[in-house]
Amino acid sequence: MLNERIKALLDGHPPASTPRLEFLRARFDSGLAWVHFPAGLGGLDAPREQQRIVDEALAAAGAPDNDPHRIGIGLGMAAPTILAHGTDEQRRRFLRPLWTGEEVWCQLFSEPGAGSDLAGLATKAVRENPGDEASDWIVTGQKVWTSMAHEARWAILIARTDPNVPKHKGLTYFVCDMTGPGVEVRPLRQITGEAEFNEVFLTAARIPDAHRLGPVGAGWAVAQTTLMNERVAIGGGAQPREGGVIGVVARAWRERPELRTAAAHDTLLDLWTQAEAARLTATRLRQQLAAGGPGPEGSAAKLAFARLNQEISGFELDLLGEQGLRYDDWSTGSWASERPTTVDFAGRGAGYRYLRAKGNSIEGGTSEILRNIIAERVLGLPPEIRVDKDVPWKDLAQ
Amino acid sequence: MSTPAPDTASGNASGPDLLYSELEEDLRASVRSMLADRSPHNAVLARCETDEPYDPAVWKALAADLGCAGLAVPEKLGGAGASWREAAVVAEEVGRAVTPVPFLTGSVIATAALLAAPASASADRADSADGAGAESVAALLADLAAGHATAVLAVPFSSCPTPAGSGSGAGFPETVRVDADGHLTGTVTSVADASIADVLLVPAMAASGPAFFAVGARAAGVTRDAVISLDLTRRLSDITFASAPARRLADADGAVQALARGLTVGAALLASEQLGVAQACLDMSVAYLKTRSQFGRLIGSYQALKHRAADLWAAIAQARAVARYAAVCVAQDDPDTPVAVALAQAYCSTVAVRAAEECVQFHGGIGFTWEHPAHLYLKRAKSASLALGTAAQHRAALGRLVNLPPAN
Repeated sequence: MLNERIKALLDGHPPASTPRLEFLRARFDSGLAWVHFPAGLGGLDAPREQQRIVDEALAAAGAPDNDPHRIGIGLGMAAPTILAHGTDEQRRRFLRPLWTGEEVWCQLFSEPGAGSDLAGLATKAVRENPGDEASDWIVTGQKVWTSMAHEARWAILIARTDPNVPKHKGLTYFVCDMTGPGVEVRPLRQITGEAEFNEVFLTAARIPDAHRLGPVGAGWAVAQTTLMNERVAIGGGAQPREGGVIGVVARAWRERPELRTAAAHDTLLDLWTQAEAARLTATRLRQQLAAGGPGPEGSAAKLAFARLNQEISGFELDLLGEQGLRYDDWSTGSWASERPTTVDFAGRGAGYRYLRAKGNSIEGGTSEILRNIIAERVLGLPPEIRVDKDVPWKDLAQ
Repeated sequence: MSTPAPDTASGNASGPDLLYSELEEDLRASVRSMLADRSPHNAVLARCETDEPYDPAVWKALAADLGCAGLAVPEKLGGAGASWREAAVVAEEVGRAVTPVPFLTGSVIATAALLAAPASASADRADSADGAGAESVAALLADLAAGHATAVLAVPFSSCPTPAGSGSGAGFPETVRVDADGHLTGTVTSVADASIADVLLVPAMAASGPAFFAVGARAAGVTRDAVISLDLTRRLSDITFASAPARRLADADGAVQALARGLTVGAALLASEQLGVAQACLDMSVAYLKTRSQFGRLIGSYQALKHRAADLWAAIAQARAVARYAAVCVAQDDPDTPVAVALAQAYCSTVAVRAAEECVQFHGGIGFTWEHPAHLYLKRAKSASLALGTAAQHRAALGRLVNLPPAN
C-alpha cells in the first residue's frame, strides 16, 4: 500500500516537472510527509520505521526534500508538541506549512536567568482582559539562545501566567507570531564567529488565546513533550555507518597517509567504535519509539552524541596538525559574523566543527541536567534537594 | 578501496531488529527465575571457595530442563531450532547471575564450532566421504543439545577470532600435533571450563595441515591441571595430551572454519554476557545508592555519584545495542559479522569492566570485602575482557575490516 502511494505521488507530480513547493504540499497531502502522524495531517498512522522506505524511494526518484537542516526545530520539537497537545484547528493550521518549510519555527524557552532551571523563567503573559477566558494574552520578557529566530514565522513559547504558585505550576505554553509587533530579534554571536542564535525581546507582544497550546498552567507538562523530542532529535537521528563527524575524520585518515601515527590510530579506532555504538543505539532507540513516544532514553543518546562529537572534532584538529592551526575554511574568509540559515554539525571546516561541538553539551539540556534526568527518572535515585519547589514563584530570589 | 564495509544487516528499511522479542523475554524470565532460585550470590561464593565451583544440578537445569544448551541447534540435529539471538539472552542472564556454568564455552563456542564443521551439513548423508566424521559430529551435537554431555573447545580462552595474520589457517594453533597413528600429543594452556567438560574439541596440526578432533576428557593420555584463575566463576585448566586417542571431525578448511566460527560466535555472545554483568553491577550499585546514608543524606542524592551512575546507564544502553547487533549478525550469518563482533568486543569489554569497577567503588569498604558479590563480577568482567581477544586486539581488527590502516 505504501509503495502504491509513493508511485501515485510520483506519477501525479513528476519531480522533474513539478515546482518544489507544489511537490512538498502534494507529498504532505498524500500522507507521506511523516507516516507515523495521523491521516489528514501528513501521515498514515503507520509505524515510524516505514518513513525510511518513503524517504529512500522519493530520494531515488529525484524528489526535493524539505531541507530538514533548516526546519529542524519545527520538525523535531514544535510538530510533536502540536500533535500531542494542540487542538484539531491548531494541528490543521500549523503542521502543513511547518513540514513543507513554508513557515520556519523557533523555540522561545531559555532566558538569561533561566537556563538549566528553565521552570524559573520570568517572561510573563497576562490576559488583556482579566476574567475573560477568550481574551488575548500580552507577553513581556526576554528569551535567549534562539536558533533561527531571524528566519522564523512562529515560535513555541513558555511564559509565566501565574506568579502566585510554585514555579512549575504557573507556566503556560503558546505559539507566538515572530512577525508581530513587540517581537524584536537581535543576533547573538557565538564562539564560532557566526550568529546562529539570537536574543528575542518581547515587549507587549500579543498572542490570541486560540494560539495557547494546552490548558493554562499546564505549560511545564507540555514542554516536556518538546524537550524529550528535542533530545531525540539531537542524538537519535538515522545515520548510515560513518554518517557523522567520524566519517569526515575517517576519510582524512584514508586519503592522507602522511597524517597517520601509531597513537592516533588507536584513538581513531576507539572513536570509531564509540561512534558506531552510538549509531546502533540510535537505531535501537528509533525501534523503541516505533512502539511509543520518546522516553528518557533520548537523554542518553544526546549525552553520548555531545561527548563523542566533542572528542572526535578535537581529535580531527590534532590529526590535521598545521592545517588545524588555520581557521580558514570559512565562506567569508574571515571571522566576520554570519547569519546561517541551516545548522549542520558535520559541515564546514575542522575548526568550526571543533568550536560548534562545544555547544552540543549545553544546548537542548546541559549534559549535567541530562545526567540528573537519567539518574532520577530512569534509575530512581533521590532527587536533588530543591529549596524552591513548594515556594510561590514571586517569593523566590530573582 | 576508499570506503568502509557497509553495514549490510542494517541495509533494509527497518534495520536489524535490535529489540527483544516476546519469546526472548519469556526465555529470559524463566532463566532468571531459575538462577535466582538455584544460584544466589551466597551459593556461588560458597562453591567458589571449594575446588569445584560448578554446580552440576544448576547446569542440568539450565542446559537440559530449560533447553538452553540446544537453542541454536537445528531441530533435525536434536536442538530447539531457535537461533543465537535467543542464546544471547541466556548469556545475558548467566552473566547477570555470574553463575559458574559452561554455557558460553559449551553451548555457544563448542556448539558453534561443531555446527560449522562441514560434516554437520552432511549429517544425514550416510554415504558421504566424511561419513564417520559426520556421524561423530551429529551424535555429539545431539548430546550437547540435550544437555547429556558438555564439550569445550581446547584453545586458550584468550584466543582472538580475528588473528592479525592473513590467509586461511592463519593463527591456527600448533601446540597439539597429530601423531602418525592419529593420536594427539601436545599442550593447551588456559582452557576455560575444561574441568567440567566431558569432551574436548581440539584443533591440532597434522602432517597434512589443520585438523579438528574430539577427545574424551577422561581418556587415557589426557591430563587436565586446574589453574588458579582470576575469575573464580570460570575456571581454567592446562591440558596435556600424551598420545591421546581422538576422533577426527574435520580437516583442512573444515577445521579452520570450525575453529573460526566457534570463536566468532563465542565473541559475539560474550558481549551479551558482558552486558548482563554490567547491568547487574549497575542494578546492585543503584540499590545501594538508594539505601546508604552519609552526612544525613542518601548518597544517591549526590551529583558526584548519581552522574556517574547515569553515565554508566547510558554506556550500558549502548552496549545493549551493540551486543544485540552482534547476536543478530551471527544468527543471520550476515556479511557484516566480522565488524559487528569486533565492535561488540571492543565496546562491551570496556563497559563491563567499568561497571564492575564502579560497582566496587560505589559500595565503598563493603564492596572491597570477600563477602560482597562485587568481586565476583569484577573478576568475571576483567577476565572476560581478556577472553576471545582484548578490546585493543578487536580495535586493531576493526582497523583492518573498515579500511582504517595503521601508520607505516
